Amino acid sequence: ENVDPQKTAFLLRKAWTLYSVTPLYRFHRARLRDYARLLSAFIAAEKQKGLAVEVGVELDVKVVVSSLADLRGSEQDQAAVLVQLSLRSQASSRNSEDKLVWSGWFCSVYGDDLSENVPEDFTCLPLFLTHGAESYTSMVGSWFQKTFDCCFRRLAISPLNLSWMVAMWAGCKLDRAASAVELVFSVPRLSQPLDISYAIHPEDAKALWDTIQKTPGEITQEEVDVFMDCLYAHFHRHFKIHLSAAKLVKISTAVVSAHCDGIVKILQSQYLPGALMLLTELAISQIQ
Amino acid sequence: HIATSLPLPSERDHFRPRIDLIVFMIDIKSKYSLKNVEASLAHVDASFFLGKVCFLVTGVGRVNACSIETNAVCKLGEAYCSPVLFCELELEGIRVATAQRLLRMLQICAGHIPGVSALSFVSLMRTFDDD
Repeated sequence: ENVDPQKTAFLLRKAWTLYSVTPLYRFHRARLRDYARLLSAFIAAEKQKGLAVEVGVELDVKVVVSSLADLRGSEQDQAAVLVQLSLRSQASSRNSEDKLVWSGWFCSVYGDDLSENVPEDFTCLPLFLTHGAESYTSMVGSWFQKTFDCCFRRLAISPLNLSWMVAMWAGCKLDRAASAVELVFSVPRLSQPLDISYAIHPEDAKALWDTIQKTPGEITQEEVDVFMDCLYAHFHRHFKIHLSAAKLVKISTAVVSAHCDGIVKILQSQYLPGALMLLTELAISQIQ
Repeated sequence: HIATSLPLPSERDHFRPRIDLIVFMIDIKSKYSLKNVEASLAHVDASFFLGKVCFLVTGVGRVNACSIETNAVCKLGEAYCSPVLFCELELEGIRVATAQRLLRMLQICAGHIPGVSALSFVSLMRTFDDD
């Protein structure tokens, strides 16, 4: 729970693509260096096969696999595992800086629902977040799938879950420069795709949520429904459009922004555990 | 006969044949469709809820596009003592099977199946759900 903000600063303000991962078979934390070597060799081999990412200069891909001890929810959770891919230029090996090209991390925050029911040889880290080229994601994913017999799936976020997120985080304590709460809807069944963006002043959103939420720290589906209905009713009053008939595809608050294709950005470190807890839950329900 | 909401326009009341079954369609991707159905229910005479009403939830194939909690729809079905069917209209097989199911229900509700009344049929469906 007490996550050192400095260690996790690199996680903030980046767009992470989400995946759910089934439990890893015979994953040993003591062997992280070995895994890094094996993954590096695998990527080099894939590049030789012609699936190279970089065209032109052959660059070494350096792999680092590390454990993020503090990044977990309960004691039952496994600590997060971070995989980083950097390009090391062969020209000047000593003093050139490695360029970080891809990061991915596995984590579990209060994933007890899954870890409770799993046999001993399995490590539960149901949420996988990536940042960087898709080609690297696919290579890393393939290696993990082959080595630990696990399965990756893109984690989509339904409009229902997105509205839960808006309600959860629109009511957060605001600092001076809080950005607007924005909801983006996609209108179905039109010949030309149409997106509607609905921006709400963060203070108004917080004021609305404060009148609805009965118990601080607790949120019910009814409260989320009332919150969204108020927003829809307000929009309808002004524009005569029923947003409730459109598909909510993206939400943005001062704390977190999320897209239904499973892309999130976490903006403030104090809300990182809460956000990861929700995402872990979504990942687990996709697995089960 | 298809209507986007109830009540039906009163001008055509005397032309309208007897209504044997009302199927309320709820699109799981549209919160608006649920609200619309809830508002329309208020205009239905109580006698219809003795087996002549059914809720049809469409779009269930796309779990990731859910805007409605399925729990909310099931509660609606319980509140109005009417069955809730789930289907995915985009898949032809399920579309055809659902149509056949509805047609069968309609035959019962219209009294075309001897020995089975709308009320006895819906109570059969209800005991199945409770299991």
